[in-house]
Order: sequence, then C-alpha cells, then structure tokens
Amino acid sequence: MSMTPSYLQIDNLSKNFGQFSALKQISLAIEQGEFISFLGPSGCGKTTLLRAIAGLDLPSSGAIYQAGQETTYLPPEKRDFGIVFQSYALFPNLTVEENIAIGLKNQGMSNQQALAQVSKWLDTIGLPTSGQKYPNQLSGGQQQRVALARALALSPGLLLLDEPLSALDAKVRTHLRDEICQLQRKLGITTIMVTHDQEEALSMADRIVVMNHGVIEQVGTPQDIYQQPASRFVAEFVGSMNFIPTSLVNRQQMRIAESLFASMSFENFSPNTGEQFDLAVRPENLALFDSHQAGIPVKVISMEFQGAFYRVECLLQFEPLSAAIYVDVPIRSASQLALQVGSICAMQIQTSHARGYAKLSHAA
Amino acid sequence: MESIMEPSQVQTASPSWLHKISKDRVILFALLSVLFVVMWLFIVMPLWAMLKKSVQNGQGDFVGLANFSHYFASASLWHSLSNTLALGVLVTGVVGVLAFGYAYALTRSCMPFKGLFKVLGSAPILAPSLLPAISLIFLFGKQGIAKEWLAGESVYGIIGISLGLIYWTFPHALMILTTSLRTSDARLYEAARALKTSPVKTFFVVTLPAAKYGLISTLIVVFTLVVCDFGVPKVIGGGYNVLATDIFKQVVGQQNFAMGAVTSMLLLLPALLAFVVDRWVQKKQKSLFDTRSVAYQPAPNSVRDGLCFAYCSVISLAVIGVLAMAVYGSLVTFWPWNTTLTLNNYNFAQISTYGWSPYWNSLTLASWTALLGTGLIFVGAYGVEKGRVYAPLRQLIQMLSVVPMAVPGLVLGLGYIFFFNDASNPLSFLYGGMTILVINTVVHYYTVGHMTALTALKQLPTEIEATAASVNLPQYKLFICVTVPVCLPAILDIAGYLFINALTTTSAVVFLYSTDTIPASVSVLNMDDAGQTGSAAAMAVMIMLSAAAAKMAHMFIGGWLEARTQAWRKR
Repeated sequence: MSMTPSYLQIDNLSKNFGQFSALKQISLAIEQGEFISFLGPSGCGKTTLLRAIAGLDLPSSGAIYQAGQETTYLPPEKRDFGIVFQSYALFPNLTVEENIAIGLKNQGMSNQQALAQVSKWLDTIGLPTSGQKYPNQLSGGQQQRVALARALALSPGLLLLDEPLSALDAKVRTHLRDEICQLQRKLGITTIMVTHDQEEALSMADRIVVMNHGVIEQVGTPQDIYQQPASRFVAEFVGSMNFIPTSLVNRQQMRIAESLFASMSFENFSPNTGEQFDLAVRPENLALFDSHQAGIPVKVISMEFQGAFYRVECLLQFEPLSAAIYVDVPIRSASQLALQVGSICAMQIQTSHARGYAKLSHAA
Repeated sequence: MESIMEPSQVQTASPSWLHKISKDRVILFALLSVLFVVMWLFIVMPLWAMLKKSVQNGQGDFVGLANFSHYFASASLWHSLSNTLALGVLVTGVVGVLAFGYAYALTRSCMPFKGLFKVLGSAPILAPSLLPAISLIFLFGKQGIAKEWLAGESVYGIIGISLGLIYWTFPHALMILTTSLRTSDARLYEAARALKTSPVKTFFVVTLPAAKYGLISTLIVVFTLVVCDFGVPKVIGGGYNVLATDIFKQVVGQQNFAMGAVTSMLLLLPALLAFVVDRWVQKKQKSLFDTRSVAYQPAPNSVRDGLCFAYCSVISLAVIGVLAMAVYGSLVTFWPWNTTLTLNNYNFAQISTYGWSPYWNSLTLASWTALLGTGLIFVGAYGVEKGRVYAPLRQLIQMLSVVPMAVPGLVLGLGYIFFFNDASNPLSFLYGGMTILVINTVVHYYTVGHMTALTALKQLPTEIEATAASVNLPQYKLFICVTVPVCLPAILDIAGYLFINALTTTSAVVFLYSTDTIPASVSVLNMDDAGQTGSAAAMAVMIMLSAAAAKMAHMFIGGWLEARTQAWRKR
C-alpha cells in the first residue's frame, strides 16, 4: 500500500461520533500537485475528512498515507501541511509580519532570514506595506491572504483550505479565487479545498470530490461532474437540473405527459419497457419553440431575467400538477417567440445531454 | 495477504514510535491530570467527607438517617428554616426592586454623574458583610444615633439582618442587572415607537422581557448570598436564628459535628437549586443579544433623568451614610459616652493579642489566592477549552469547575474540617496553615474566575490552535505568545476578583484559621463578639480600604496594560 505513487492515499477511512457515522469507508487517491475540492452540503463529512487529513480529528478506522508515509494517527504538528480556515485564525495580537514569521523562527530560522522570507511573501500576496499592521486593521480579503502566506511560508507539501472564501463578499471572493489558483499553479503545491459552493469548486479544482452523508458520490473533473453526474444526488446538487417524469412506452417511443416522442438512449441508464423514470436535463439543454412546432406543450408561468437569458418556469400543459420545469431561453429567442407569462410553447430536449434516473421511491 | 503485510508494518511503525508522541499532548495530559487530582482532593473529597459525617454518630458509626430525623424533630430547626426563608424572600425582593431601579437609571437615562453613581453603587462589595452590620449597630443599636427611626423596634433581629444584607448584596444585584439592561437591542425600541407604543407599555413589553433572565439571575444570586451569609446575622442577629448561624453554633459552640453536617446538607439544597436554575437561565440568555444587535443609547428626557438622579442620590447617600458611620464609629474613643475622635481603635496591638497580624495575614492570604488562583484557573480553563484530546477528562473537569458555585462557604469550610482534620489523612499537615486557607479560598471562588476565563478564551477562534500546530508551533508557545497577551484584561479581572473576595470573606475561613493565620475578617467577628465594636469597625474599615486600594490598583494596571499590550484591538 505504502508503495503507491499517489501523494495522498486514503484507505477505508471511517469516523464515528457515537451512533453517527460522519465518514463511511472513504477511499481516495490524490496526486502530487493536484488541486482537489471536497464539495457537498453541510454535514456531508467534507470538513471531517479534511480534519482527519490534518490530524485535528482522528479517524475511527482506516489509514492515511502522505508522501509514502502512514500519518493516520500522527498529531498535527508532526505532519507536513499548511492550513487556512474560513475564520482566518490569525494571531490577533501579532502584526502581519510576526504572524508569518513566527513559524519560520520557530523552525530555527534567524531573524534576518525570516524577515526576508516574510517580505517576499508579502510581495507575493500583494500586501508589501502591511507588515506592521495588526490583523484587525486589514479587510477580510487581506486577512485571508495573510493567512494563506502564513500557511505557505513553511513550504508545506500539502495545502488545506477549509471554506477559505465563504466569509468574504462576492467581489473579493472571485478575485481571491483567481489569486489562489494562480499561486497554487505557480508553486505546484498539492491542495485540498473544502467548499459548499459549487461554483467555487467548478472554477478552481482539477478534480472534485462530491460527498453526501459521509460517502463519496463521485470523483471527477469539473466537466465530468457537471455533464455526467454519477448519481441523482450529484445531478441535483451541482448546477440546476430538471427531473421530468417519463415512461418508456416501447422500444421506439417515450412519453412525457400526453406527448410521445422518439425514444432516446442514456449513457447511464436503460429503462425497461413500461418503466416510469426521471429524465434529467439541465435548463440550458432545453429549448422553447412556437407552439405549433414539434415538442412537448408547456405553459409559461414565470420568467426571471438573468442578463444574457431568461430562466423560464414552465408547467407541462397536460400534467400541470407535476414539478415545474426550468428552461434557459436566450434573450433573442424570447423576443422572437414574444414569450410572456401564460404563453404556450413546444419544448424540445437536446438528447445528447440528457440522463435518466430511476424514480425516487416515495415510501421513504 | 494479511500475514505478509503485518510484519512490514510493524517494522515501519516501531522506529517512529517516539516520533508519534506529541509533546503538546503530554503537556496537556499532565496539566489536566494535576488539575483533576487537585479538584478531586479539594472539592470532591471534602464534600464527600461531610456527606459521610451527616450519616454518622459522634463515634463515627453509621447511623443512617438518624441524625436527620433527630434534627427534623426539633422545633428550633423549623424556626431557623422559616427565619432563613423569610429573610431570603424579604431581602431578595427589596434588593431586586432597588437594584433594578438603580441599574435602569445607570443604563437608560442621561442623568449627570453616572460614573460616580456607578462607583458608589458598587462600593459595598469592597467591604466584608460585617461592616454594614457594625455600622447599623452604631446607627440604630441600643445607643444608636438614629434609633428613633425604627419607632421602638430593635435593630437586633430581622430588621438589622435585612438592612445589612440588603446593603451588602446590592452591588452584586446591580452588576448583573446593569449588564443585562445594557445589552438591549435598540431596534426593538425603534420598532415599538414605529408601532406607536406608549413609553409605559414599551417598558413592560420590551424592557422587562429583555431583562427577564438578568432579573431571575439576580434574584437567585441574592437569595443564595442571603441564605448562606453568616457574618451579618452573627453580628446583628440577636436571637434571630438562621441556618448559617446554626452551623456555626453547632460546630464552634457545641462541637457537634454531625449536626453541623446535617444543617450543611440542608443549606446545600437551596444553593443547589438556585445553581441549577441559574445554569438554565444562563443558557437561555445567550441568544438575546448578538453581534448584529444595535446597542441602545438613551436620549435626554428631563423628567425621567431628574427622577433617576433623585433616586440614585438617595441610594448613594444611604451607601455613603453606612460607610461613613462605620468609619466614624472606628474613630470614636468610646461609643456613645466619649465621642472625641482618636486613632486608638486602630492600635490593634493594644486591643487584641493578635495585634496587626490578622491584617497582614489577610493581605498574605489575598495575595497568594490571587497569584496561585489566577494561574490555576486560567491554565485550567485553557486546558478545558482549547485542549484537542482527552475530551472525557476535560468534560469532567468542566463539571467540577462549576461545583464550587453551588457550595456555600460555610459548608465548604466544614467539609475541609472533616476531611483535613483527620489524622489518617496524609494531607492533614495542611490543617491550620496558611496553605489550606489559600486553597480553600481559591476553590470557593473558582467558578466565577473559571467562567471569566472561558468567556475570554472563547473570543479566540478554535482554529488558532490548529493553525499553530500546522506551522509546528508548540501549544505552550502559542499560549505564551498569543493566548495570555490577548486574555490579559480577563486575567487581571480574575486576579482582582480573587484578591478582594479573599480579603472580605468570612464564611469558609472561619472554620480553618489557627492562631497564626487568623484573617482580618475573622478578627472583626471576634472583636465584635468581645464587645470591642470600635476596633471591629476599625479592622473592617482597614479591609475596605485595602480592597479599595486593590480595586484602584487593578484599574490603574488595567489601563496601563491596555495601552501597552492591547494596541491590536484598535481598528
């Protein structure tokens, strides 16, 4: 096991708090230099997994190997990682300079060397003149950059980011997102970021680990996760997804509400004849046309302006009690169709991007 | 497969065995273990010894609940019990109303001299409870200068005890109520005005409910203080018996330890009940005011401000009057026959065999209590709050840390007698020394210090420890470089609190002193007993002056430290 080439190897890791299992048999391999994101709703175990990797909470069973060495039960100060938290966790009574230098000096670096390192890092994070300030005198984004510099100053092999951007406002967040990505690529440091923000994960990570209820639902590139969600949960959690109740009438035909259309095949699912299932399709893969064209008749019940497009909420005309369907309509086609609340349109599905999922059992 | 892998794993594991041991954990474990042993020896064991004593006869044989049934059969118990409860209800009610008005004036009006009123309102806390009692004797006693005010009633009894305890518990109530009234959300008042609610209705709909938990907390604290205090009833109680004086009489007067233990168990009940309710209230109160709330700022209103000013002036005059009477009484040659002013009463060397030694003993006791107590409490609270491992041990210590709050001083002192004055106990050498007084006082006031430390520590995010570990900074270095400097104001508060309470306490130490270690507060009691009221007043004044000096030093050092070490708090 320890001969594996992966930089970080997690084998069958479990963590129980009394009766509750926060992590169930997690296995994962992370390569040197990768940017990995743990994505999931709160309580899914992503932070617990990160804390187990850092040694802050020890797992109940399983093993963790970092750079070929087993680290499962090592205390955090004996591991090789830097960490950044949502709360910044800067030492409040030390200046920015001292915050970064304290770890360096503790490792036996001379005062002068440490200060040289600190000024190099302050340049890197774009705060060259803030060395003498206290954390309280900096903005949230600046504090988080200092925290990042402090974590990176000791050149750790692994960078752990625990929701690093969640406390910041939207503009600062996008800006810092780019900075972190650039820095990570420049240093080539293996990085794990925990986040509940799918946009953050999709835009930053090389690979995303989607978690739910203590298990990994899917590991893959952002494109994989978005286009080929491995489970109903992933499809629902990442991006917007319509689940349209559909049945396979026979080998040639499928039916939604009253409309029959040519049967399509899914990469992930093959329904039996007569089976009811959910057709999963994102709003951008649906299109609305004039009502006398071919397609499933729908009625527009609300339109939300999104800038480049309208997100149009529709109901199946002949099954108005089923869940609403969201369709992204470009501004130009919306005006061509003279789309407004109450309009009846024909809806068409881009078959290449559609997936199928078995019906949820409502017994549960 | 398994059998092939195992040996190789063992091989890689054994050389790194030492490597795996975390120095931080070793230190934390040592620290928590020491703290646990200390708490076990000085909190749990004495209480257990007392519990045991209450079910034994004079020879130490187990007699079950015989002591209790004997005790409950006596009419004097029921008398003391009803006296104690009557006193508790009366004083609690009066102090609740008086202090609420005073706190309201301080926080919700724009009257002038607020700072002065605040100082005067909390001044009685600097004196031992004996001081108001002695002062009341000067004022309303048989030779009192204002005894006509009582219209023929004797001050010795429930009147004197109530007045003394009202005076002494007032600042405690004031402190809690001011805090709870100050943390009121301004937006609730704006909403009330927007809804055109009358000021009187606003008071009942917004002000009172917001202060509800503070008020409950106040009533509980005052009730506990009243029921457990024995200084005031001892000095001015006359024939009015309460549970606290019963214990004293049984133990010191009749040497009836078993009955003392039984009475203590009884005294533990209301204190325990009050403690449980108070915990519940504290939990409820948390969510009322958060970081998003906007603090209420009163606007000038001449009628209200004038009334508040008049009210506070009356109370402040009463506070000054009682203090001044004690000082005056201590300066009078022989009350009331020779009223020439003199410092003879302060010449303790001539008056008592102990001379000035009780005073120096008290200063020694207070200094050691502040020094050792603050260290122990803060380091202990750090271990409990910021330790990463050993959760069960930390929870146990947290539980033990709040126990002293529920134990009245007299009961704790009695427990110490039973446990340490026992030849078979290897720790019995402590008995009668200064060490046991220091330990007992630290334990008695542990909980408040612990809570103060926890509040300060909670302001630092828990992630700080994790970050330090990730940059390989040992936890003790983090503690010295970050935690202590950040929490310095709180540490100073704990030290000041311990110092002043060690100076003024009478309850627990009254059972534990020896001729070499008699504290000033106990000597006040003894001198008063011996009829040397003037000197008793003089010693009480000395205690008050020292406490006031300590308080001023605390404020001065606090300000100086703030300027030097808290620069980072400014934006």
